[in-house]
Amino acid sequence: MTALSIQNVTKSYGDLRAVHEVSLGIEAGERIALLGHNGAGKTTLMRMILGLATISSGSIRVLGAAPGTRSARKVIGFLPESVAFHGNLTGREQLQHFARLKSVPLRKADDLLDRVGLSHAADRKIRTYSKGMRQRIGLAQALLGTPKLALLDEPTSGLDPISRHEFYDIVDDLSAAGTAVLLSSHALTELETRTDRIAIMSSGHLLANDSLANLRQQARLPIRLDVTTSGESADHVANHLGGERSNGRSVSLTCQQEEKVSVLGRITGLGDLIKDIDVTPASLEDLYRHYSVNPEDRK
Amino acid sequence: MTSILSITRLELLIARRNMWVATSVILMAMFTIVLTLAGGAPSGSLGVDPLLVAVTSITTLSVYLIPLIGLLLSFDAIAGEAERGTLALSLTYPLSRGEILVGKFLAHLCVLAFAVAVGLGLTAGLTIWQYGAADLSYAPLIKLFLTSIALGAAFLGIGYLVSALVRQTGVASGIVIIIWLVCVVLYDLGLLGALVADDGGFFTKTVFPWLLVANPADAFRLFNMPDVSVSELASGIGATGASASWIGQVVSMLVWPVLALGLAGLAFRRVEP
Repeated sequence: MTALSIQNVTKSYGDLRAVHEVSLGIEAGERIALLGHNGAGKTTLMRMILGLATISSGSIRVLGAAPGTRSARKVIGFLPESVAFHGNLTGREQLQHFARLKSVPLRKADDLLDRVGLSHAADRKIRTYSKGMRQRIGLAQALLGTPKLALLDEPTSGLDPISRHEFYDIVDDLSAAGTAVLLSSHALTELETRTDRIAIMSSGHLLANDSLANLRQQARLPIRLDVTTSGESADHVANHLGGERSNGRSVSLTCQQEEKVSVLGRITGLGDLIKDIDVTPASLEDLYRHYSVNPEDRK
Repeated sequence: MTSILSITRLELLIARRNMWVATSVILMAMFTIVLTLAGGAPSGSLGVDPLLVAVTSITTLSVYLIPLIGLLLSFDAIAGEAERGTLALSLTYPLSRGEILVGKFLAHLCVLAFAVAVGLGLTAGLTIWQYGAADLSYAPLIKLFLTSIALGAAFLGIGYLVSALVRQTGVASGIVIIIWLVCVVLYDLGLLGALVADDGGFFTKTVFPWLLVANPADAFRLFNMPDVSVSELASGIGATGASASWIGQVVSMLVWPVLALGLAGLAFRRVEP
């Protein structure tokens, strides 16, 4: 069964349309990254999925159940953006409380504290935690009871690079266990290899929803080739390949995906003049900028 | 049910760490000790049960103190969680808003009951220590304990209602202080003014008794000062206690908690965290 299905959902606050006719589906085990600027409607969309905000029009189903119903809430794990807890509780007390609410054995709460690397601080008050540690408690509570749908709003904000890596390992395990994961993020680079699909939102509209490879193809963003020449032959190479000389020893040029092989052939044809080649496909940042900055250009 | 108890358990833990338990207990204990010791002085010459005298002074005090403790425990319950951002997460868990509210209510009621029990326990202990256990009637003390809890419950409910209607804790705290002032001070002054102006007319005979029990704080005061001879020790409108029967007083004290909690539940359902 589809873990999450969103159909033509709109959310209006008076004249302001925070989310506009968005449709999106997630299957079990899929990992989807929701990208967008602040105010793009990502959080509003998540709040509607959770039943925290009403839906102005359209419909959302969480494993067939309406948002906010007990059966929908039972299968969702949620990590809010800038998650907050009561500072006077210890991490263990807070997590055990959530375990009771989800009817999960308390032992699982302790296991999860271990899993997110907080067992050493479990009996300290949350007041004394760093932002990253609070974020870990937030992640741990979202994992309680192995949810069928995990909604993670800016999950890696406040985490250092190593923790981010560990975080995505946990997300991988979740999806391997059949949990559908929807996470929103600003940190684009880390998502490239860690998600199955990218959805891009801008001012309430869903502008793209596809795998990274397909998005690259559709956007037709150029591939960049950086050629390092041997000796002072950069001018010659630049003339021959039609690229631009960036300094005495290197030339950079761009091409489309389908031209890549022939261009590489021409470069290697130059033989000894070439010392090295770097091929850089359009990055997620480029794609994101492409889809979010000029939406009207592509319609 | 498990959810409610889990909320209660967590709230009790928070109330203990926040020093709310300690604050309430110390407040009640301090005042009851002072009033029991000071109030005992005239009882010998008047030939009244010393425990009854103590209960009367403590009733006068409780009318102020218990609504205050109730409101202080509750004003932050919903607005504070919404403001800190902990409410949104709680509401994504499989439990209803009603369960959250009842869970918090039970915890806060426990804190309040504990504070009252400590205060009245000290009163009983001190009285026995001074006069011996013989000839004391404990019924007024037990009545005071039970009605104190009912009075506290009413003001807990009112506090939740304010907390659900208002988004900021700062505003909520201001409003509950105003409510407290109105219920325990201004309401009586208003009635007194109306009595004087009416001079024994229609208002005094028909409307006034009902208005008097409509305020849970006044119903509480009247109910716990049954003996007219003792009531006369207390000043103000307590002396008109005979004008409304004890049934009205009890109904008022029972209906208010249910009504306030129900309204708070309705208001809470409209909160979008």
